[in-house]
Amino acid sequence: MNPVKEKAVIISQKRIAEGIFDMSLRCPGAASLAEPGQFLNLYCRNETRLLPRPISICGIDKEKGNLRLVYRVAGAGTKEFSELKTGDILDLMGPLGHGFTIKDKPAILIGGGIGIPPMLELARAISGRKTCVLGYRDEPFLLEEFAKIAPVAVASEDGMTGVKGTVIDAIREKKVEGGIIYACGPMPMLKAVADYAARQGIEAQISLEERMACGIGACLGCICQTKEKNHHTNVNNSRVCKDGPVFDAKEVVFP
Amino acid sequence: MKLQVEIAGKSFKNPVTTASGTFGSGAEYEAFVDLAALGAVTTKGVANVPWAGNPTPRLAETCSGMLNAVGLQNPGIDLFCKRDIPHLKEKGASIIVNVCGRTIADYVEVVERLSDEPVDLLEINVSCPNVKAGGIAFGQNPDALFEITKEIKKKARQPVVMKLSPNVTDITEMARAAEAAGSDALSLINTITGMKIDIHRRRLLLANGTGGLSGPAIHPVAVRMVYQVHKACSLPIIGMGGISTGEDAIEMMMAGASMVAVGTANFHNPGATMDVLEGIKSYMEAYNIVDIHEIIGCI
Repeated sequence: MNPVKEKAVIISQKRIAEGIFDMSLRCPGAASLAEPGQFLNLYCRNETRLLPRPISICGIDKEKGNLRLVYRVAGAGTKEFSELKTGDILDLMGPLGHGFTIKDKPAILIGGGIGIPPMLELARAISGRKTCVLGYRDEPFLLEEFAKIAPVAVASEDGMTGVKGTVIDAIREKKVEGGIIYACGPMPMLKAVADYAARQGIEAQISLEERMACGIGACLGCICQTKEKNHHTNVNNSRVCKDGPVFDAKEVVFP
Repeated sequence: MKLQVEIAGKSFKNPVTTASGTFGSGAEYEAFVDLAALGAVTTKGVANVPWAGNPTPRLAETCSGMLNAVGLQNPGIDLFCKRDIPHLKEKGASIIVNVCGRTIADYVEVVERLSDEPVDLLEINVSCPNVKAGGIAFGQNPDALFEITKEIKKKARQPVVMKLSPNVTDITEMARAAEAAGSDALSLINTITGMKIDIHRRRLLLANGTGGLSGPAIHPVAVRMVYQVHKACSLPIIGMGGISTGEDAIEMMMAGASMVAVGTANFHNPGATMDVLEGIKSYMEAYNIVDIHEIIGCI
């Protein structure tokens, strides 16, 4: 399915934690096609910032034609987005990438840091048994919304919320069980998740992050090494923006 | 309004092509651009065998520009001929193939493999700053450039366009070496070597250390070099470097480019090539220009 380029209207935006913003957009074209795990390219208004910012989709409302993004201000581009007000226009393209493939098995959804938001829409989309495991550095966000959908185990680096430690620590301590893992978060977390899934003998779908330019698979800026040769690139590299961002953990060679 | 241009005896319906490496082999952009409406599609550099390229991070944004160190990842000439060329032909596109290699023999192998393919021009990448061997090594020494151009010309069935590096003291020296060796045209500029430091982690941001700077930040450098090369030799020029609007393209053509390539702008705006083409037309209308040749090298 081809992505759509459209001018989205900001419906609402608020800061929900230190440096974390929650934005809702009216973009019926992109919303009608979006699936959990996909992302949008957001374009800066300031033209000295050329590259689109890839932001994962946190919520999909196809009926209203809305998408919700929860993102971290990481630099000048995302700071620009965080200053947009209701009624402002934002250029975007999407939905992009290959999202999660929901399987009919008890699910463990793992989110770490700014990898947490895309797990919310996935949690909504999974109708069967599921447990969410969320890892924060410090201040939690979206926690109450997850708690309304599924049982939640929490880990935080500072130990202020939930288990002190990593998401794997929380899984062990809370005895979280499932037949498949879906995860998004920083690379060290994803590697730990991949190792854990391998030891448990269960499938893990992991969503990777990489610096991107085009977002549509042309520039080969964002690749991850893979065990098998990718049919498109003809080398052991897959494009995070197009073949991913969600990959079978068994396929990925961690740096 | 006549937009048709010629490069080395090949005719293109308009002067707008894509800068190698920014447009894949076109397929990814089909949702935004009718490939047949372009003067040509210039494909991403292809070598005799598949190349995996550099580790990540491969990209960094800079003010009005970006650095890349992809390292010429490519699927190799066999898959390219089997998949990408037929697809571009089916879409009605004219094709400029960018050729890369590590040794002269690598380049010649690709050029020979393309002999019977429906390719309009061969753009020879002797200017990529992101690969250790070959590439730019041929593009920074006039004797080496002369040698590789001569060897490629012996085997090439299609016109040869040597793509020049801006990372030299005097680009006209390189242009004259390529001309003397029989190159049919020139394209310039490739990216300018740059570097970015992650001050929070105190290390080089790109895994490769250095990368090639592209985007509007380099446009004045490209205009200057196209102007110099146009004055210094008589070969037709494909001009590139930070073109994102019709005005940028007109400037490049006035400096001496017969054709222009849109690169980094495709990342900011996937329809950038068509916007540039429309911008060229608007300029021609506004100034009553009947034939685009009226402005090529008019300065």
